[in-house]
Amino acid sequence: MTTASMTMTHAMPNKSSEPIREKPAEQAAANHVASVKQAETPIIKVGQGKLPDALSAFARAVLPPLIGLALLLGIWAIIAIKTSGFPSPLKTWNAAVIIFSHPFYINGPNDQGIGWNILSSLKRVAVGFGFAAAVGIPLGFAIGRFKFLNSMVDPIISLLRPVSPLAWLPIGLLVFKRADPAATWTIFICSIWPMIINTAVGVQRVPQDYMNVARVLNLSEMKILTKILFPAVLPYMLTGIRLSIGTAWLVIVAAEMLTGGVGIGFWVWDEWNNLKVEHIVIAIFVIGIVGMLLEMILLQIAKRFSYEYS
Amino acid sequence: MKPLVQVQDVGMRFDTKKGSFVALRDINLDISEGEVVTLIGHSGCGKSTLLNLIAGLTLPSDGGLICNGREIAGPGPERGVVFQNHSLLPWLSCFDNVMLGVERVFGTKEGKAKLKERTKAALEMVHMEHAMHKYPHEVSGGMKQRVGIARAFAMEPKILLMDEPFGALDALTRASLQDELIGVMAKTGATVVMVTHDVDEAVLLSDRVVMMTNGPAATIGEILEVKLDKPRDRLKLAHDPQFAEYRAAILEFLYQKQLKHAA
Repeated sequence: MTTASMTMTHAMPNKSSEPIREKPAEQAAANHVASVKQAETPIIKVGQGKLPDALSAFARAVLPPLIGLALLLGIWAIIAIKTSGFPSPLKTWNAAVIIFSHPFYINGPNDQGIGWNILSSLKRVAVGFGFAAAVGIPLGFAIGRFKFLNSMVDPIISLLRPVSPLAWLPIGLLVFKRADPAATWTIFICSIWPMIINTAVGVQRVPQDYMNVARVLNLSEMKILTKILFPAVLPYMLTGIRLSIGTAWLVIVAAEMLTGGVGIGFWVWDEWNNLKVEHIVIAIFVIGIVGMLLEMILLQIAKRFSYEYS
Repeated sequence: MKPLVQVQDVGMRFDTKKGSFVALRDINLDISEGEVVTLIGHSGCGKSTLLNLIAGLTLPSDGGLICNGREIAGPGPERGVVFQNHSLLPWLSCFDNVMLGVERVFGTKEGKAKLKERTKAALEMVHMEHAMHKYPHEVSGGMKQRVGIARAFAMEPKILLMDEPFGALDALTRASLQDELIGVMAKTGATVVMVTHDVDEAVLLSDRVVMMTNGPAATIGEILEVKLDKPRDRLKLAHDPQFAEYRAAILEFLYQKQLKHAA
């Protein structure tokens, strides 16, 4: 289920034109998995004790991903043997051990440990995303609440959203005169669209029943905002945040390749210039793992704030 | 005695893509204090529309509605509403759901302790004190509806408007909630307008049953006065010839005079 939902989310920011709450699909997938499991267990239970049962469940959970990873390593090893210049898994592993034994060294501005590179990329994502949230969430609320504003802003968003955030990088350089804020600026641009759109859609989809409750109970605007709108929109907002951070992490690598400095994207480019291909492979894994962790953390937060409607 | 709610020549039109649709016309109805009135009719006859007009959630296209001597121009705390689908906020506990309304009505005059007391009393009245700190998704459909009723009652409205309050419940739960409501109405002497499509429920609970003709352009067809002694007991009424007569009168209206052919 995790892999299915992940591929879906990563595909979302690029492909889908309308934000969707993904929960139902994920739940459906979860239910499907659960029902499959339920159907399977009785067959295995026959004639077996409790321990083998638990073992087989463990094996079923762990074996397929392990086989998948082994297959990947196998293909990689074959490619490494057949071509010259592409490092083998073992060579990459040895390089990784060296890199990760000193992740936080500093030898001047252009030669720093991988830990610093990851952290400075994450910092740019955090700052850019933070500004995007500060602007995008209130704007999304306003757009969702007032139809006039919605029709006013809608064409602008439709026009600007498909533009690659990297196209905004020169504008950032022009305005900020420095590379670092320009990279953050691209993160801001790519994060803001999902935030605005998801928040606005969330506000528009607040069930009419709740708004009727608000009217019948004669709640003040403040109470409507805190007790009805905000909690009702929160799951949509969290989806927006998740999509934003996913895209931001995709974009930061590319942006840093262009701007230089310290950062995982720059590190990839630097290692390419040094022709250390094994380091590039390591970077690919690191970027993937960090992205996965970000996704998982945000999914957990979203789960905490999703309410059961019934 | 002056009626609490007066509905005068009310008509309701909705603008649709195909032009204007007349839902209600020429509705005249007076509701006195302490009276229990049910609105019954086939689906699509505008029962809920009429209730929403009294609630102030929608405004009439023609005519006017008066509650407590003032024209109804929007929802107000003197008119409590119980929704069909309970409409509890899922992120608030049962207690907080009731408290939300209590705070709004009494918050300016009374202290926090008194407000909590009111909330608790309302939940006790519908026998929900044991689950008041649970969230709506943790309690059954019947219990949610009890909380919905408590929320409306806790605001001490002059009139309680209920839109098919038990429509989504199974028959047994529905019966127990009806009994609950009979108890609450006896205790508080509440004025109630209730939409229902259940003939037994209409006779059991009301002083008057307002029967509506089929839409479009629905209006009041007949009004039946139910002169059974209160409080009523469903077991005794099951063998009461008078009860059977009232029941038959409504059935006759619904299935002979206003027979609706299945679409």
